[in-house]
Amino acid sequence: MAATEILTGSHPTPVRPPRASTASWPLADRIAYGLCWAIGIALCVVTAWIVLYMLIKGAGQLRPSLFTESPAPSTNQSQSGGFRDPLIGTLILAAVGTVIAAPIGVATAAWLSEYARPAGLARAVESAVEMIAGAPSIVLAIFGLLIFSQSYFGFLSQTAANGAVIGQSFLVAGAIMSLLAIPLIVSSTREALAQLPDRLREASWALGKTRATTIRHVLLPAIRPSIAGGIVLGMGRIIGDTAIVVILLGPAFKNEPVGNLPLLGTLRGTGSTLTSFVYNNSPAGEGNAPQKAYAAAFVLMLVVLLLNWLVTRLTGERPQRRRWLPGFGRLTTWTR
Amino acid sequence: MDPMMPPPVRRIVVDREPYVAPPSAGPPSNGTASAPLLASHLRAERATVPAIERMRLESVWLAYGENWVVRDVTLPVRQGEVLALIGASGSGKTTLLRSLNRLTEVTSGAARSGRITLDDTDIHELEVNELRRRVSMVFQQPNPFPMSIYDNVAYALAEQAPPRGGRRRRRTPELEAAAAEALRRAGLYDEVADDLERSALRLSGGQQQRLCIARALAAGPEVLLLDEPCSALDPISTAIIEDLIVGLRETVAIVIVTHNLQQAFRVADHVGFMHLGELVEYGPSAQIFDRPVEQRTRDYVSGAFG
Repeated sequence: MAATEILTGSHPTPVRPPRASTASWPLADRIAYGLCWAIGIALCVVTAWIVLYMLIKGAGQLRPSLFTESPAPSTNQSQSGGFRDPLIGTLILAAVGTVIAAPIGVATAAWLSEYARPAGLARAVESAVEMIAGAPSIVLAIFGLLIFSQSYFGFLSQTAANGAVIGQSFLVAGAIMSLLAIPLIVSSTREALAQLPDRLREASWALGKTRATTIRHVLLPAIRPSIAGGIVLGMGRIIGDTAIVVILLGPAFKNEPVGNLPLLGTLRGTGSTLTSFVYNNSPAGEGNAPQKAYAAAFVLMLVVLLLNWLVTRLTGERPQRRRWLPGFGRLTTWTR
Repeated sequence: MDPMMPPPVRRIVVDREPYVAPPSAGPPSNGTASAPLLASHLRAERATVPAIERMRLESVWLAYGENWVVRDVTLPVRQGEVLALIGASGSGKTTLLRSLNRLTEVTSGAARSGRITLDDTDIHELEVNELRRRVSMVFQQPNPFPMSIYDNVAYALAEQAPPRGGRRRRRTPELEAAAAEALRRAGLYDEVADDLERSALRLSGGQQQRLCIARALAAGPEVLLLDEPCSALDPISTAIIEDLIVGLRETVAIVIVTHNLQQAFRVADHVGFMHLGELVEYGPSAQIFDRPVEQRTRDYVSGAFG
């Protein structure tokens, strides 16, 4: 009876609080507030502009032959081929870089977060990772060329007839590229580990598990989505970088394997990626095929989006995955 | 603070004249402060089982940094009975409990003196992970691992790493039987048997806590430590877990820390009352609740402070 009254009877119309007005704010605050709005909108406009521009300029130039033909050096646009090799090169380079960076990044983060002894070493590792994160990729590339053209690294690339190691290959470029991805993977993994409540660790330790077992079987599986997020970010940087490609993967248009081994030959050989293809074909490069540069840039963007989606899909969390995070207890129990 | 406003929580006045429950008073005027201090009908009748001493604490002192949080505690832990540690917040109960499987060591700055033995072996001479398998622990907050119900138990069954991979590797008949047995002992099996691959995080709080008990039991412990296991649970889940604790005491020595005096009264055979790091009084449940020797114990169980 009472319940139905509440449901059906007349009840007061909810009154919304009046909209907060900035009229009473000091002028400086109002200007700053307006600027924040303007900047936010401007960012959206710029993003939309880039995407639309690439779509209009690039998508119009796309044709199937671009994906199936290797690039050929020719001033005649109908004979200069497509970007099959750069597309494959981008995927290979992203794979090599990620395969190197992911285990190193996750292991570094786990050590920094769960062991970090002695403290001095932990601080050194931390600042080393920060330094790499801050280093311009062209600096890393020059450093890589210096290192990997030493004769004892000859097995990673190819050796010229006069005995000089050229120091350019997918392996070499991938190794240096991994330096771009490692800081991103380290920071996302570390952050996620720090968010895990201590009681999860203690539950495992209290069952007689070592720290290593706990990390491997409890902590890392629990933060898989965050690790995946870091890897995707790292991949994005690898795919998007041009300086390392130009210096460490060679000036070639085609992927040129070394020797006859099917996979290893390609990895040791030089090649190109979509970024170097865009650069070379743009007006800033040799400037002979801006249409193809636009098409390749558009494809590059699609590849990044696709990889993001794929990795999130493969490692992604199901909706209930993190139910325990809001769980019981106060918020303070979650921080370390 | 406005002197006209009552304080939001009861303040503990440490050096006040202790309130003395009038001995052999008439009918109690208000609930808790009555003599006998807790109504004995709350406690189910149960058979006593022969008790075997498994662990012993001798003059144990524990400190975090410069602060001594446990002072000179000597206490036996027996299989066949439930030992409850009661006391106000900050009295060192949980620290004492955690020292029994050396979990205090993970806190930096923790220090200890005195001797703790498990079956006459100093626990610091045992390998720490072996000790923790023998002296297992259930925490205040249910803390299942973010994996399936089955994997939670299977993880505890394995000495270190459980088998990984497909269903066939993870769920051998032996492992399944052992996991089912642990879940059965924790009284959870019937509720979850239909879908052991469900995420443990989708269980209710009470079920999660029983899963944590199942997990602790799966390690095959000889001593089970419970740190306020019911404080986050509803009364029905609490009752289920209390029954479980009483049922388990024959095969496992049980130490339970609790804030809840009624709970201590319901489950414990022996009770230790701790205050500011000291073990003020230790004795059979009936002594602590009905005829406490120490004045501070009497005050605490009658609700005068805490």
